[in-house]
Amino acid sequence: MRSASGGGAVHARVVRSMAKKITQKTKTPMPCVDPAVRSRAFVEVASGYTEEMAVAEANRCILCKNRPCIAGCPVEIDIPKFIQKVAEGDFEGAFQTLTEKNVLPAICGRVCPQEDQCEKLCTLGVKFEPVAIGRLERFVADRAAAFGSQSDSGTSPQPTGHKVAVVGSGPAGLTVAADLAKMGHSVTIFEALHEAGGVLMYGIPEFRLPKEIVQREIHGLERIGVELKVNHVIGRTFTVDDLFEELGYEAVFIGTGAGLPHFPKIPGVNLIGVYSANEYLTRSNLMKAYKFPETDTPIVHGRRVAVIGGGNTAMDAVRTALRLGAEHAYLVYRRTEHEMPARLEEIEHAKEEGVEISFLAAPVGILGDDRKRVCAMRCIRMELGEPDASGRRSPVPQPGSEFEIDVDVVVFAVGQGANPLIRSTTPDLHVNKWGNICADAATGATEKKGVFAGGDIVTGGATVISAMGAGRRAARAIDVYLRNPLPDGV
Amino acid sequence: MHRILSREALAPDVVRFWVDAPPIARKRRPGQFVIVRLGEGGERIPLTIADADPKRGAIALVVQGVGKTTRDLNAMEPGDAIQDVAGPLGLPTKIEPGQRVCCVGGGIGTAVVLPIARAVREAGGHVVSILGARTRDLIILEDDVRAVSHTCVVTTDDGSYGQKGLVTDALREAIAKAPEPFHEVVAIGPLPMMRAVCELTRPLGLRTIVSLNPVMVDGTGMCGGCRVTVGGEQKFVCVDGPEFDGHQVDFGELMARLTAYKEQEAVACARHPVAGPFTPAW
Repeated sequence: MRSASGGGAVHARVVRSMAKKITQKTKTPMPCVDPAVRSRAFVEVASGYTEEMAVAEANRCILCKNRPCIAGCPVEIDIPKFIQKVAEGDFEGAFQTLTEKNVLPAICGRVCPQEDQCEKLCTLGVKFEPVAIGRLERFVADRAAAFGSQSDSGTSPQPTGHKVAVVGSGPAGLTVAADLAKMGHSVTIFEALHEAGGVLMYGIPEFRLPKEIVQREIHGLERIGVELKVNHVIGRTFTVDDLFEELGYEAVFIGTGAGLPHFPKIPGVNLIGVYSANEYLTRSNLMKAYKFPETDTPIVHGRRVAVIGGGNTAMDAVRTALRLGAEHAYLVYRRTEHEMPARLEEIEHAKEEGVEISFLAAPVGILGDDRKRVCAMRCIRMELGEPDASGRRSPVPQPGSEFEIDVDVVVFAVGQGANPLIRSTTPDLHVNKWGNICADAATGATEKKGVFAGGDIVTGGATVISAMGAGRRAARAIDVYLRNPLPDGV
Repeated sequence: MHRILSREALAPDVVRFWVDAPPIARKRRPGQFVIVRLGEGGERIPLTIADADPKRGAIALVVQGVGKTTRDLNAMEPGDAIQDVAGPLGLPTKIEPGQRVCCVGGGIGTAVVLPIARAVREAGGHVVSILGARTRDLIILEDDVRAVSHTCVVTTDDGSYGQKGLVTDALREAIAKAPEPFHEVVAIGPLPMMRAVCELTRPLGLRTIVSLNPVMVDGTGMCGGCRVTVGGEQKFVCVDGPEFDGHQVDFGELMARLTAYKEQEAVACARHPVAGPFTPAW
């Protein structure tokens, strides 16, 4: 990981010189709905900056020479330029700068882990809090939407006549589709579910990412000519080979995302009231089970809900449980807060809302009543031992430390395997031992001619922005491929 | 949108629809299913594809009105449209040439058995069919099944039609009378029926295939809601099934899981315009 690469001396000088003009050492706070109110409703938690807040925050940027933030952005947004435009009050110009590189700014401004990316490298952050780049991105995107602004980039490109199929409409698929459409290629996205957006629709909850915003950004893609086909399960409705041979596509990008959810091998995982986070969140987000019986999809409303895991998906699930009416929402994680993969902001929000976190504990069994419904969960205490392959200290069960908690819903957010639908119907596609598609990290190219892949189906569970970064790189490689197809392989 | 091309009542609360779905009609093989959502706010439900006509670009769905969505569907007419139909999902039935197969259909399960029986026949196999229901009115598709079977036996619990008794009684006789042993039994119907058939064939070592219909959401392997225990291992019906070796299936667990939303289903049905109490199929 690089820091400001100019070296310590330069860095220190920059910080000193700007220190005088800095009047605000911390980020302009994000206005949020009161935790007591929001924890019982699906309203968006953070309500967004006002124009005054945005200008004040943008003025914190010192316009340093190194511009390390750009290197921290997987899609290479010209961050200082857009922030400068915000500081000048040119919000429309800021939007155009942003959308030169990012097709989903309202989404990224909300769900990117900026603290590990652009903001982590911010020069101001060496001494003070970094510029709130994510909050500014969100402000610019939301303001543009409110004023009906449209991105200039990609308008009326010269059509190339090339046809590309994109499988999956999550963050990877949407990015690759947008980039290719802007290059003038004809792009069709095939989505298995009845609505486009992938994890942005079924996974990330309304209170963190309003679905209206996802649909708004997807409509933006349709405006630049991307065709969307929902209810098309590639591997079933059409195979990858059908896309080439029957439907005439010249290249295929596979961004199918999440696979089969994992459940631990402990007794009771098939009791009623035990869910994967994927199912729990899909029922609530995509199917709107929180509106049942106004909508038709039910969900088991737990009074005492335990969510197992420590990532962002676990945080989404446990905060959803509160909003579905749980009196107690527990998060059970086998390591400590220090090792949690979830974003700090999400952990803070969850605590404010009343989520009860049990660190250094893991379930060993789920107990059911005579109707096979969950009534309790047996856990064991952990201690941290030696670092494992991931570099994190691995949890070691403490014999004799078992304890029980009364719960009626248990949600597992402990990762997932790869979906088999495409690999089992595309024999010449190489996969690794976990079933993830083998693709070149720089280009997304697979061993199969004309087939590219990116996002979770390649890397296993990761973030929205890393999937978008993979989409961006694949789009460049697909463009090159379409213009100069090689006779064998890529 | 998928237009309903025709509608035909097969029994009280049981309707056969032909629905416009050209790519699915082309790809579909016996044993596969679709996920259907009627419209905005609707739930996603799995329905087995009972038949397909690739030339017309249509698939047949046989629907029993037991919950809100299936009743809403059964109230639809030709010309109406179903918003979402995705598939064909699941693995097709494994059909081997020249097999002697006993096909057992219970109630609406007959609609799922029929395309399998036809495929066995077309692969040069010998088909003995057994259709069962509580009473005469509930026997469906008898003529279609007879047309593809060498022998077809009908049973009703109340003796109002065919042999009085259960499909297991007829199966026991069919096994005893068969001049050559069956290679396998395909049993599809209510879970108690499939379990009873498996209990009958297990001691005989007679391979028995069942088709499972658990609660599903996405139908593509993402949610895990359709998980079942087969041979002590966790399987997802949507991608590993829907057909499994019946001797390995934990039916008790699956029956319990099917009651997960019983109370909510009753609430949804009570709000239903063509109401009537919720009558679970299990």
